[in-house]
Amino acid sequence: MLKVNGIDVFYGDVQVLWDVSFHVGEGEVVALIGTNGAGKSTTLRTISGLLRPRKGTVEFLGERLDQIPPYRIIELGLAHVPEARRLFPEMTVEENLEMGALKPAAKARRAESLERVYSRFPRLKERRRQLAGTLSGGEQQMLAIGRGLMSLPRMILFDEPSLGLAPLLVEEVFNVVNDIRRDGVTVLIVEQNVRQTLAVADRAYVLETGRIVREGTGSELLDDEEVRKAYLGV
Amino acid sequence: MVQLEVFLQTLVSGLLLGGLYALIGLGMTLIMGVMKIINLAHGELMMVAMYIAFWLFHLLGMDPYVTLLVTVPALFVLGVFIQKTLISPVLKVDSILPENQVILTVGIGMVLQNLATLFFTSDYRSTPVDYASDAWYLSDWWRSSPIELSFSVPWVVSFGFAVAITAALWWFLQRTDAGKAIRATAQDKDAAILMGVNVERMTVVTFGLGAALVGAAGSLFIPMYYLYPALGGRFTLIAFVITILGGLGSTQGAIIGGLILGVFESMTATYVGMGWAPVGRFLVFVACLIFLPGGVAGLMRRR
Ligand SMILES: Nc1ncnc2c1ncn2[C@@H]1O[C@H](COP(=O)(O)OP(=O)(O)O)[C@@H](O)[C@H]1O
Ligand SMILES: [Mg+2]
Repeated sequence: MLKVNGIDVFYGDVQVLWDVSFHVGEGEVVALIGTNGAGKSTTLRTISGLLRPRKGTVEFLGERLDQIPPYRIIELGLAHVPEARRLFPEMTVEENLEMGALKPAAKARRAESLERVYSRFPRLKERRRQLAGTLSGGEQQMLAIGRGLMSLPRMILFDEPSLGLAPLLVEEVFNVVNDIRRDGVTVLIVEQNVRQTLAVADRAYVLETGRIVREGTGSELLDDEEVRKAYLGV
Repeated sequence: MVQLEVFLQTLVSGLLLGGLYALIGLGMTLIMGVMKIINLAHGELMMVAMYIAFWLFHLLGMDPYVTLLVTVPALFVLGVFIQKTLISPVLKVDSILPENQVILTVGIGMVLQNLATLFFTSDYRSTPVDYASDAWYLSDWWRSSPIELSFSVPWVVSFGFAVAITAALWWFLQRTDAGKAIRATAQDKDAAILMGVNVERMTVVTFGLGAALVGAAGSLFIPMYYLYPALGGRFTLIAFVITILGGLGSTQGAIIGGLILGVFESMTATYVGMGWAPVGRFLVFVACLIFLPGGVAGLMRRR
């Protein structure tokens, strides 16, 4: 479904990704793990067209994402729930959700999608008229996920959705990811919360200073000696 | 009683002026919100609209308020043209600092002013409408009113148009997808792109919209003000003060800021002296920078 082929990505003159390749199959949950600064967010931002690879290609359902304007990507069925939520703080909860469904296909089913998101996240319904900037961290994350779902995506990119949340909320985030997978949506998730991520992921890639250094199924990597040492502290 | 009458009359004049100021400030504020630059050609854009209105009045006998139908779309197109051909290419180059983009708008303003001088000379022009000195009086409605207030017909009509245009803009920004996309772009550009917003197009539209708003103000001012090529600078400064006063990018702040400035100038003119309004404006500006750095919007947020 998604194919990343040998991308090199730079910020100005500084290279951050080296020849990164991986793929995600339809219906899979794939994780990209790595320490802070490894280049995980950069990878997702390149897939979403916010950054352009200097070398290599990104293909989604046969379309070259690195060659179309970035604002067209959501129409193809690829949503991105960015790092640090990136909500529109001066807009209400409901307006934020509406922004997820701007494109004709999603807009036609906006009311229905709103109901779905509200029934999954009742807190958001209670706060629908409140400005997004005034929500708690957990509520903001749920809103960011809800906003992503509003576009009726076939695949979602999650960038550290559990970052900064209390353990109970982290649990909830992983439950949501599981629900989304059960609905048939493909998931690529970036996390530093390695144990829980590998537990839900079908497969995972390990990114180290801008290079893919390992790949395997979730359970393979959970058992891998070096992964355990580097990321699980055991 | 006389004291109160003078005060209320000054307040009324100030609010009427402030409504028009709000329109000018809103245009600059929108541009500031989305592009993060101060458009220092703002007043010159209004000057262009005023010349359009002036010539339509003199050549075709068109009423200034009817010229809105021409100045608003014409300035929208001019704004889009300026943004696309001049500002956007400069915004794209990372090595050009935002300060230099602002300097570019200063240059655009100078070019507009010089072109106006070249084509229309620096003569002062007036637009003598028949209703220029007509007024409504409080006693027309309230026979036994203890005080008398006058409401200049052109000022009231211009104010009414300004309120209607502001309300229409408000509705557009709050209720339509395109308006929300503009707000989203102002709040988080990358997130807006991820939602499918064509941010470059929104930026161009916003500049056009800002120019159209100040263009509308041009048509609304022409029945009352003399027109000359250098008048733009004064209104650029006014828009700038309102934008700072409103809190750099807040539309509500700009409306309140415009009203405050209008009332303050009117009060200065009445109680200090006719020529002192610019000093009052400057004082508001400095006081705001010192005591209210977040502007009106910052104050509203704090509560
Ligand atoms: N906007 C930026 N400009 C310059 N360098 C950046 C920028 N964003 C990230 N980097 C650098 O790129 C590297 C990878 O960052 P990132 O992709 O955010 O890592 P991760 O998400 O894995 O923590 C880091 O060294 C970081 O300092
Ligand atoms: Mg990151």
